Amino acid sequence: MSGLAKLLDPAHWFRSTFSHGIHPAENKHFTANKPIRRLPFPPELVLPLSQHAGAPSQLIVHPGQEVVRGEPIAKAGGFVSVPLHAPATGMIKGVELMPTARGPKTPCVILKVYPGDSQEVRFYQERDVDKMTPQEIMQAVQDSGLVGLGGAAFPTHVKLSPPKDHKVHTVLINGCECEPFLTTDHRVMIEMAEYLIRGTQIFMKALGAKKAIIGTEDNKLDAVEALQAKLPADGSITVKAVKTKYPQGAEKMLAKALTGLEIPSGNFPSSVGLAVFNVSSTAEIGELLPLSRGVIERVVTITGPGIEHPGNYMVPIGTPLRFILNQLGFSGQARHLIMGGPMMGGTVSSLDVPVTKGCGGILVLTEEDTKDQISRATYPCISCAKCVEACPMHLNPSQLGKLAYKHRYDEMSGDYHLMDCFECGCCSFVCPSNIPLVQYFRIAKSSLREKAMREKAKAS
Amino acid sequence: MSEQGPNVILRTSPHLRVSPPVHVIMRNVVWALLPVCAFSIYQFGISVLGLIVTCVASCILTEHVICRLSGRDSAVKDWSAVITGILLALCLPPGFPYWMAAVAGFVGIGVGKMFFGGLGFNVMNPALVGRAFAQASFTVPITTWVPSMVPDRFTQFIPSSITLPFLKPNSVTEWLGQVAPDGFTGATPLAVMKFDHVQSIPTMDLFVGTSAGSAGETSALLILLCGLYLVFRKMMDWRITASILLTAGGISGILYMVNPAVYPDPLFTLCTGGLMLGAVFMATDMVASPVTPLGVWIYGALIGTITVVIRFWGGLNEGVMYAILLGNAFSPLIAMITQPRIYGARKAKGAA
Repeated sequence: MSGLAKLLDPAHWFRSTFSHGIHPAENKHFTANKPIRRLPFPPELVLPLSQHAGAPSQLIVHPGQEVVRGEPIAKAGGFVSVPLHAPATGMIKGVELMPTARGPKTPCVILKVYPGDSQEVRFYQERDVDKMTPQEIMQAVQDSGLVGLGGAAFPTHVKLSPPKDHKVHTVLINGCECEPFLTTDHRVMIEMAEYLIRGTQIFMKALGAKKAIIGTEDNKLDAVEALQAKLPADGSITVKAVKTKYPQGAEKMLAKALTGLEIPSGNFPSSVGLAVFNVSSTAEIGELLPLSRGVIERVVTITGPGIEHPGNYMVPIGTPLRFILNQLGFSGQARHLIMGGPMMGGTVSSLDVPVTKGCGGILVLTEEDTKDQISRATYPCISCAKCVEACPMHLNPSQLGKLAYKHRYDEMSGDYHLMDCFECGCCSFVCPSNIPLVQYFRIAKSSLREKAMREKAKAS
Repeated sequence: MSEQGPNVILRTSPHLRVSPPVHVIMRNVVWALLPVCAFSIYQFGISVLGLIVTCVASCILTEHVICRLSGRDSAVKDWSAVITGILLALCLPPGFPYWMAAVAGFVGIGVGKMFFGGLGFNVMNPALVGRAFAQASFTVPITTWVPSMVPDRFTQFIPSSITLPFLKPNSVTEWLGQVAPDGFTGATPLAVMKFDHVQSIPTMDLFVGTSAGSAGETSALLILLCGLYLVFRKMMDWRITASILLTAGGISGILYMVNPAVYPDPLFTLCTGGLMLGAVFMATDMVASPVTPLGVWIYGALIGTITVVIRFWGGLNEGVMYAILLGNAFSPLIAMITQPRIYGARKAKGAA
């Protein structure tokens, strides 16, 4: 919907939202109407053992072993960890250090795909989820290897076991997808509505919640329609459109917009009775859990002006970027490759980087698109307060930036709530002085974390 | 594709930025000031044109030279010195001697801005620092007003303008006798009001701007329109302007209701002197105003109050300049005590 049409639409005025935030150009038209299609299997898959927040998975196969599609190849390395399943039938070649989207090289399982195989999922077992206890569901979710597919890659089952004194009353399903360009969640809501509802019910059961709200931005009203047609008759699940604004998809912003509740600083959503799951994760659960399967592929929006055939593709986990780009007509002129969206995604340094569970988008920009962004001069902060108006957490990025410049990190976290920043990028986005505020904050945070660790080590 | 990776760019997120950069914002402020300059030149003639050129040149030169002396790249490309120059010229009397204006520009940029580290670090609005310096140093010329719409204003300089450097300004008495034979009191409407409690000019004329006064402060209407352009482009904080005008108008409205014989009506207060120019273009200087949402309202209210207090009970008949300078001085403190409540902030210990 264009800006003017929105202003004239009374339904839009009354949609809820959060305060502050920004309106970047949506750029979703490249892929919003493209149905999910499959990409072929690459000759080799690269599977990092650490694709999630928490401890890395532990390998349970040996080099030379043959695996079938869907078979576990690594087990969880602790509670905050998940297993890994073979995304294709083939042979384990070994474990090598490979570059990943996270930066440093990490141990990755190399799986040689058998080209002649039919690649059917033969490794599954049907079960009746309705007869499972919440505890069993939680274990089943961990066994499926599911992590937050929205980008954070936090193991989903951990959210299903909130602290004992927290009682979850409402499950929020996050279909906002506020990042420009990305349409993964949009397509999942339209094409996998049934799985999504099923997954929502499973989460509600596991948490003992009576209510669930699926929240999406009002630039995806077709998804709202698709979901409404599939809602259960008992009215326990509702769909709500909220205003299109970045970062509506952050769980704290979504909680505010859908329920009016604020998640207290430094606390889990469960402390106010909420649990937030991404729509892609929820749809995966709805599809996988009744069959006891694991996560072996995901929907990825591959888009941007630097690519010939943008679209939403079902990509096997571990597919290297190089293979994807070759399949989809990479112009070669592109110099800016982003994994994730343009606001929070990271640039990749190598085309050997694989698609992991947390990767919802690949954005390819050409030199033309980035020229204006890179050649900008940096000025001192002129205290224009645009960042203060944009920060969804109501922090004072201007002051934080000035303190970061002087390395006064303790003051930043003590007096100006640095640790509440979740690096959405609104402040840098609006800064006329082009100050790399978010990067300053990342450095400050990691420096404080290191200091805390040093002190802990000294004390023990 | 070659086996070697492409020549990729590695940057950190966010990868998009939208805001017009600083120099574009500054340039737009200059555009917004140009109509005010044009009207001023139309009113007072080539003397004001010369005054504006002198101030701008002095400010740019000072900034450039100090940047070079301190071993930095020249910062004049960010256009902020141009704004300072124009604002300084607009708040000086039309016949102000050029050499004094140049000194005021030098002090404004040198002491008011570069001493603190240049753009972004100045505590006070540099143009007003220059104006305050001129007010303290050149007491007579800065209160010597001339009539507007003099017939030969486009061909002849006001005699005091072209005084030789470091000399006393040429007298304008004889010139005044020629151009305004029916008698020009030499007082601004504010001064007349303060000392005689008489409104010498109808408020409408003040609003449109055909009275005596500093070069660029006479037309409240034009200043408001130019400010609206900046607000529309989201390059100016309208809340500061609104807060100043509401406070100044409100206080003077209350006083007017109490004693209309002594105090002017609120519209007169808003349309006279430098209040409009100050509220729209000077107090809104981003660097020297607070960044917090509540802070800007307090900051504006402080400026509005001090202005009225100085005008009604102080020794001077105009107080906008000192009010803004004081507001600037207070703004870090205001920003500190008005830090916004952050999302999900926990209740203070003890309250919970």
